[in-house]
Amino acid sequence: MSTSHASPRDTTEGTVYTVTGGDWDEIAAAAQRADDERIIVNMGPQHPSTHGVLRLILEIDGETVTEARCGIGYLHTGIEKNLEYRNWTQGTTFVTRMDYLTSFYNETAYCLGVEKLLGIEEQIPDRATVVRVMLMELNRLSSHLVCIATGGMELGATTIMIYGFRDREMILDLYELITGLRMNHAYIRPGGLAQDLPPGAVDAVRECVKKMRRNLPEYDKLATGNPIFKGRMQDVGYLDLAGCLSLGATGPVLRAAGLPHDLRKAQPYCGYGTYEFDVPTADTCDAYGRFLIRLEEMRQSLRIVEQCLDRLAPGPVMVADKKIAWPAQLALGPDGLGNSLDHIKKIMGTSMEALIHHFKLVTEGFRVPPGQAYAAVESPKGELGVHVVSDGGTRPYRVHFRDPSFTNLQAMAAMCEGGQVADVIVAVASIDPVMGGVDR
Amino acid sequence: MSDPKSTPNDTPGNGPGPGEDVNAQGLPGQRGDQGEAIRVQHGMFGARNGGDTSGYGGLVRTVRLPGDTSRPYGGWFDEVADELEGALEEQGLVPSNAVEKTVVDRGEITFHIAREHLPRVARTLRDDPALRFELCTGVSGVHFPEDKGRELHAVYHLRSLTHNRLIRLEVGVPDADPHLPSVVDVYPTNDWHERETYDFFGIVFDGHPALTRIMMPDDWQGFPQRKDYPLGGIPVEYKGARIPAPDQRRSYT
Repeated sequence: MSTSHASPRDTTEGTVYTVTGGDWDEIAAAAQRADDERIIVNMGPQHPSTHGVLRLILEIDGETVTEARCGIGYLHTGIEKNLEYRNWTQGTTFVTRMDYLTSFYNETAYCLGVEKLLGIEEQIPDRATVVRVMLMELNRLSSHLVCIATGGMELGATTIMIYGFRDREMILDLYELITGLRMNHAYIRPGGLAQDLPPGAVDAVRECVKKMRRNLPEYDKLATGNPIFKGRMQDVGYLDLAGCLSLGATGPVLRAAGLPHDLRKAQPYCGYGTYEFDVPTADTCDAYGRFLIRLEEMRQSLRIVEQCLDRLAPGPVMVADKKIAWPAQLALGPDGLGNSLDHIKKIMGTSMEALIHHFKLVTEGFRVPPGQAYAAVESPKGELGVHVVSDGGTRPYRVHFRDPSFTNLQAMAAMCEGGQVADVIVAVASIDPVMGGVDR
Repeated sequence: MSDPKSTPNDTPGNGPGPGEDVNAQGLPGQRGDQGEAIRVQHGMFGARNGGDTSGYGGLVRTVRLPGDTSRPYGGWFDEVADELEGALEEQGLVPSNAVEKTVVDRGEITFHIAREHLPRVARTLRDDPALRFELCTGVSGVHFPEDKGRELHAVYHLRSLTHNRLIRLEVGVPDADPHLPSVVDVYPTNDWHERETYDFFGIVFDGHPALTRIMMPDDWQGFPQRKDYPLGGIPVEYKGARIPAPDQRRSYT
């Protein structure tokens, strides 16, 4: 018996064991000696299966979880506070890092809020909106793939993990081609996009869609009908419609309870009303239903991406108003992406006014009329809402993100209490929380 | 422009003339005398010791948020307002006591609620079949240090899945008495949201089952999202230049 992993310590509450390794003998022996089998286990914040720095405090009686609580805040980075010290355009650089698996949703939601405050929603060029939708739907694929991959890995299904990350890699390659970065893009800006699609992007997206269509059935073959997979997922993490509504759960968790609520259909933004796609639901209220919904949503996202490619017409990707549009004539130079040589020639050589304008807009930024706005998008995890307040200045007065992971994670206790310890992992994975978004 | 008496302001493209409605133009920082003043901004660039020689030091600008809107509000806004008033009357409340004012701006409706009536209003909004705002998307805090008597604002967004609508509730509380009734028993989803707003703004939600800090460590001092709480940045040196911390840089607002 090893004593280095779990050292007992006497406190006023009784004996406390600190588990730091894999040796549970001493814990088990102590639990057998005790009158009851009640143990409180701290799972996390550093634990391979809690999706980042999530801390679960589980009170267990034998193998049954009698009480479950979350400890969050380990990844709090003060993004909302930081936004108040940068100009409106710089905000996208911060928000893209919140839920780092759904960057384009954070950026779009933030930009929709700012554009609503500016009153320029109608002036956003079509091409910019179509590219936003395309990137968001690709992002839904990459986010769901991570969810399915890591969720599978936590069950011991490493093949699913490899498959999921393999396919996500194809989408990250597209991001890299289009935005220059695999993550943390800051590509969607108030007023439109940072730059247009590079040459070859449309073909690359088409090729990727083709490959994804070929690869998606593999998940069905691997998991959907797999008896072990079903045994671990079915009736686990149960949360019915009343539970979802009262706890504010949205996204696949809500749709697995049978309500086809999707903001893309209910309150269409970015022209979603003009795309053809279905909102899949399940009536099982469990982790398996959420898995099936995510799988189907990926197929629907591919449909939307194809429609985007078809309607992608040449045109500007930034509003015409030069007092808002970032003067971002970007080009790839030897030291990376920066202002294009033509633009530098113009502002440094021929037009002092252009230089002043560039300087003012880049350092000072544009002013946003006072007021507040709420913009919401349907992120892969649920309703991602942004409450933006302006006091008429060049910086946000207050930006608050209603992150779906944060809200959905509250349902963890309702899903896990009364179940098995091993099922906690499955339930949390089915919520798909990303701590970057939860803690912000 | 042949009229010799025309002032420069009357020329198109030079901003609104004195007789024009500045609000209609939605110009930044210009809301005329309308709206609710929350702050008076002096100068620019954040310089306070006479270091600003640009001439902008004398700039005085009143920051006004959109103010009370009179009926009709337009669209389904009137329907919701009528239903809410009717439902409150049925419960023996005077609607104007509970709903202090209603603001319609940028296609969104905001009901400013008196804090003691918030739980009743929230329950009515959730339960009345004609209103049915089932989903609360949490509470967000906003700190207006110069909005005397209601420095701290709590902002709730309520979504109705049944009627496909979204409204906003806003409650202002004084910094000296930052108490607000909790709505957790109406919307359990607000459990963590209220903890977050307490953590960052120090708004105390009375009746919350366990109002503790959620993001910051339990023994943290102060409320980080308040405007008087510093960002706490440190300057960065890059290629010999010293770049001040974000909160020390010049501010154009």
